[in-house]
Amino acid sequence: MNLLDIRNLSIELIHDEQNILAVDKVSLSMKEGEVRGLVGESGSGKSLLAQAIVGVLDDKWYVHADRFHWRGIDLLRLTIPERKAILSRDIAMIFQEPMACLDPTTNIGEQLAEAIDESQLSGFFWQKQQQRRAATVKLLHKVGIKDHDACIKSYPHQLTEALCQRVMIAIALARQPILLIADEPTAAMENTNQGQVFRLLASLNQLKNMAILLISHDLENITHWTNTITVMYSGQFVEAGTTEQIFNKAMHPYTQALVDSSPLANLHLPAKSRLMTLPGSIPILQHLPIGCRLGPRCPRAQQDCVRAPSVTSFHGHKVSCHFPLLMNPKMKKSPLKKTTRA
Amino acid sequence: MTELLNVHALTKSYQSKGYWLNKKLTTVLDSVSFSIEAHKTLAIIGETGSGKSTLARLLVGAESSSSGNIYLNGQELKSGSYKQRCQHIRMIFQDSGTTLNPSLTIKQLLDEPLKLNTPFDEKKRTELIRKTLQKVGLLGDHMNFYPHMFSGGQKQRISLARAIILQPQVIILDEALASLDPSLRSQMINLLLDLQHQMGLAYILISHNLGIIRHFSDEIMVLSQGKVVEKGKTQEIMTKPQHKVTQKLMMNQNFQLRAKK
Repeated sequence: MNLLDIRNLSIELIHDEQNILAVDKVSLSMKEGEVRGLVGESGSGKSLLAQAIVGVLDDKWYVHADRFHWRGIDLLRLTIPERKAILSRDIAMIFQEPMACLDPTTNIGEQLAEAIDESQLSGFFWQKQQQRRAATVKLLHKVGIKDHDACIKSYPHQLTEALCQRVMIAIALARQPILLIADEPTAAMENTNQGQVFRLLASLNQLKNMAILLISHDLENITHWTNTITVMYSGQFVEAGTTEQIFNKAMHPYTQALVDSSPLANLHLPAKSRLMTLPGSIPILQHLPIGCRLGPRCPRAQQDCVRAPSVTSFHGHKVSCHFPLLMNPKMKKSPLKKTTRA
Repeated sequence: MTELLNVHALTKSYQSKGYWLNKKLTTVLDSVSFSIEAHKTLAIIGETGSGKSTLARLLVGAESSSSGNIYLNGQELKSGSYKQRCQHIRMIFQDSGTTLNPSLTIKQLLDEPLKLNTPFDEKKRTELIRKTLQKVGLLGDHMNFYPHMFSGGQKQRISLARAIILQPQVIILDEALASLDPSLRSQMINLLLDLQHQMGLAYILISHNLGIIRHFSDEIMVLSQGKVVEKGKTQEIMTKPQHKVTQKLMMNQNFQLRAKK
């Protein structure tokens, strides 16, 4: 059974004349204990999608979906308080720039203690203080901070960025979530620190069987850590499959371009040669192209691309394109003929 | 080939405030020496606090060094020689959006360095701005736009235009590629490589992304706590890192690499 099953989720920005469709019918499903990467460049709506899942978007946004199941429960049928209760119990989220997310005026110990739920503490009221402190220390140990005394007393600015991110993860772990959404946890971090954070997330995934949705703008950074990857572009679903499928047998021209443009993935290229790249830049929200939003930049674009493609699945490898790569030539020709007749 | 930029025993230290017997001297850069030729790229890597950014700021003249010399084409650059420095050593910063003045048009932005450094009249300056914008892949008509009308990648191109408009010899890229999206980043790398080919620019690249460094640079210099711990050809250092700091940096890259096979 799927942990999270979302079908055709759209997010609209409410606007005077016409609502702007920021995320257009994106599907996402996660299994238990899976690490899924969600990759997209800026403006692809990946953070919006994550915020919509957790339900923290304000009333400027209109979210609707065909299906939104969480562990078999249809969340769309529940009232908002019920839905919130379930989501806040089972899902936790960490953000980029941990320094900015932590309260600079309160020390780490208090911020952690705040996150610990009353229901986890047993005992009389005079014991609670002590239990809370013990739970705080335990959480810090879980994320690999050994010197808990110094950490509890310090303020966010006294810690390094990687340590702050560990504290954020500790806060997220306080309610023992089943799904952790990590929204660019290592943006603007150094290589060594990035490694630390990713290794911690991977070990949590292995030890606690916690599912992780890893959001990143860079495909090459996260491929080592993920089982499956979903790629988005400009608010549209592009491709989803296992890491292996996405990386070695990309079917969508956009995914292929992402893989080709990464210097790490193309070590066979001689140094200082030109990299493969897509022309143009990412469309802004006010001027989105119709149909497939990659259309104007796509090397394989044809007349059909003014209609939004539907998602096709090849052995679990989902792709949303009229003319996917690696298909046998006979199948590729049929839509071509249609366009010439029209 | 002759050396374009030669840095000899460059040192920078800060004196902390305190009583006269208690003054502490923190050395950020400890006698760093290197040289680059035209058409070449030198990558500088290191952890936070290793002095990479200080080195960049010393080279452009934003700070003055405690001791040591910088020679450009055999001529020494002194701490007061801003005019010479502005023309020949230019810098591009990480966050291009915030380095462009939002209240000026692109033409005014690019006009400033020309006004201060060249004797050209207005007509010639406009012509030069048009040409430079075309060189970085924008249109000449973009000069009447304001920075907020451009996307992140285009803003980065404008800051590149501002860097190359004075026909410099050295460009310092301080994390200039880090905040760009991957598809725009590869466009930018291609553009930088083309310009290097055309204009014979030397780049000093400060970056964390070892993939870009491997692709882009000819030589690597590894800094740790202000000292050069390793220096050499990119290929050699990438395959056989000698020093512990370098090995640690490479190891973190290997993690990301293994998935590609």
